[in-house]
Amino acid sequence: MRLARHLWTVYGGYALGFASLFVIWQLASIYLVSSVLFPPPTVVFKKGLLLVKNGVLLEHLAASLQRILAGFVAGSLLGIPIGLAMGSFLPVRKLLEPYTEFLRFIPSVAMITVAVIWFGIGEASKVFLIIYTTIFIVILNTAAGVSAIAPNKIRAAESLGATPAQIFFHVALPATVPYILTGMRLAMANSFTTIVAAELIAANDGLGKMLWDGRLFMLVDEIFVSLVTLGFLGFVTDRMFRWSIYTFAGKYSPAT
Amino acid sequence: MPLVSFHDVQKTYRSLQGVDYPALEHFSLEIEVGEFFCLLGPSGCGKTTVLKMLAGFEAPTAGRILMEGRPVAGASRDRAVVFQGDDSLYGWLTAVENVEFGLRMRHVHRTERRERARRYLELVGLRGQEQKYPAELSGGMKQRIQIARVLANEPKMLLMDEPFAALDAQTRTLMQMELASIWHATRTTVLFITHDIDEAVTLGKRIGVMQAGPRSRVKGVVDVSLDGARSRTDDAFLRYYKQVYEMIRDEVAKSLSRAD
Ligand SMILES: Nc1ncnc2c1ncn2[C@@H]1O[C@H](COP(=O)(O)OP(=O)(O)OP(=O)(O)O)[C@@H](O)[C@H]1O
Ligand SMILES: [Mg+2]
Repeated sequence: MRLARHLWTVYGGYALGFASLFVIWQLASIYLVSSVLFPPPTVVFKKGLLLVKNGVLLEHLAASLQRILAGFVAGSLLGIPIGLAMGSFLPVRKLLEPYTEFLRFIPSVAMITVAVIWFGIGEASKVFLIIYTTIFIVILNTAAGVSAIAPNKIRAAESLGATPAQIFFHVALPATVPYILTGMRLAMANSFTTIVAAELIAANDGLGKMLWDGRLFMLVDEIFVSLVTLGFLGFVTDRMFRWSIYTFAGKYSPAT
Repeated sequence: MPLVSFHDVQKTYRSLQGVDYPALEHFSLEIEVGEFFCLLGPSGCGKTTVLKMLAGFEAPTAGRILMEGRPVAGASRDRAVVFQGDDSLYGWLTAVENVEFGLRMRHVHRTERRERARRYLELVGLRGQEQKYPAELSGGMKQRIQIARVLANEPKMLLMDEPFAALDAQTRTLMQMELASIWHATRTTVLFITHDIDEAVTLGKRIGVMQAGPRSRVKGVVDVSLDGARSRTDDAFLRYYKQVYEMIRDEVAKSLSRAD
């Protein structure tokens, strides 16, 4: 009973919110715009179930997810050390800032053409685009995190006898973790935009390709399955990041 | 030979507008081994500047700062610092992990450093709080962690910048008593910065009074020959209080009327 109550206070709002979303959608598709172009959720879910059973949905999902993951992990692994170096050492910052400040204003969607010309329509171009969309946000947030470290944290470590390398690994890095996670969270959201755009234009599979095919063959319910899957996927990954930021940020806060 | 000496030190800050501000000029001071030296002065006179230079965080514009006869160059674990605020604690480490930080950096074996960290936490009255994170502790407790952290590192000297200024009166008095008894037990040399005359007379063996800035220096040094427990109502205590008060009164007035 108490557990049920607890679950209700934590998730009750969400449950109601989502339920109302589907109810409104259902009503709207029946009474408001009764058209094959706007299928109700029941039809979409039925279609979704079918696509799950015959493996088509999971195939597209896996293709997109794989690209996002590969590019996201690579982009983060590159971006974190670069951001740490830029935040810690002024010469590095001055050297790299022209790159980050210039490139971050060129949206990854604008880079699709170049990516396809350079890497073809295979996996490489998609992974490149996700890396591109990830790396600058992660660099910027990481560097900002380093500059936000209270100087007294560094000074205290110095006068406790820590070497510069120790200060880097034992003070600068942990103090920056919440910023890094925030950067990765934003990058993940951008990755979804990028991957769909890239797959719309040039891909043999993936959720974006599914959307494209749906348009080509007028399979409206398939388009909606793809959209719902994207929304769900984005929601779940973002929750995971929010949870980890919440868990770490409490104690990894740079200020206190 | 004194442990620390400032010889004719000058520190000039340049503002962002490019205007020079001579915070200290002809600043000279000697601190003996094992003494509790209080540096007292009106707000903005340059106390923190003195501490930062001795800690090695900032270099003097001119003059020499020596420790054991050698010029101070950069921070060192010989000179441990207790900062005024609590932003120097590591929020991702527990109390005991904060205290053992210096030992860990020197690769002291885990069981030994835990042992030592616990002992110093106990010394500052934080037994049972070892596993708490700084965010879970009160302001006074956080200052105790800072004190335990520097003590566990066994420095030659403690530099403390108004460590109790942000605490409530009761906690401050308690912390002063604890610090006094720790000093009596360890006899570590302390440079203690404060703007509170009462605190200086309570803790100091000698009290250096600084004049108002700019071009601040030590106006005079008062020897406090009170021993052991000091009571604020003792005649001797009040005499010292009055002596220091008279030295600093004009400086405070000057620092308040300064047009900047
Ligand atoms: N980084 C800086 N740049 C420019 N001016 C500075 C800087 N640090 C300190 N000052 C100036 O030097 C003077 C002395 O500052 P300091 O912090 O040493 O004073 P203080 O005696 O510690 O004051 P308080 O009691 O308020 O802490 C002040 O007038 C201050 O404005
Ligand atoms: Mg100060």
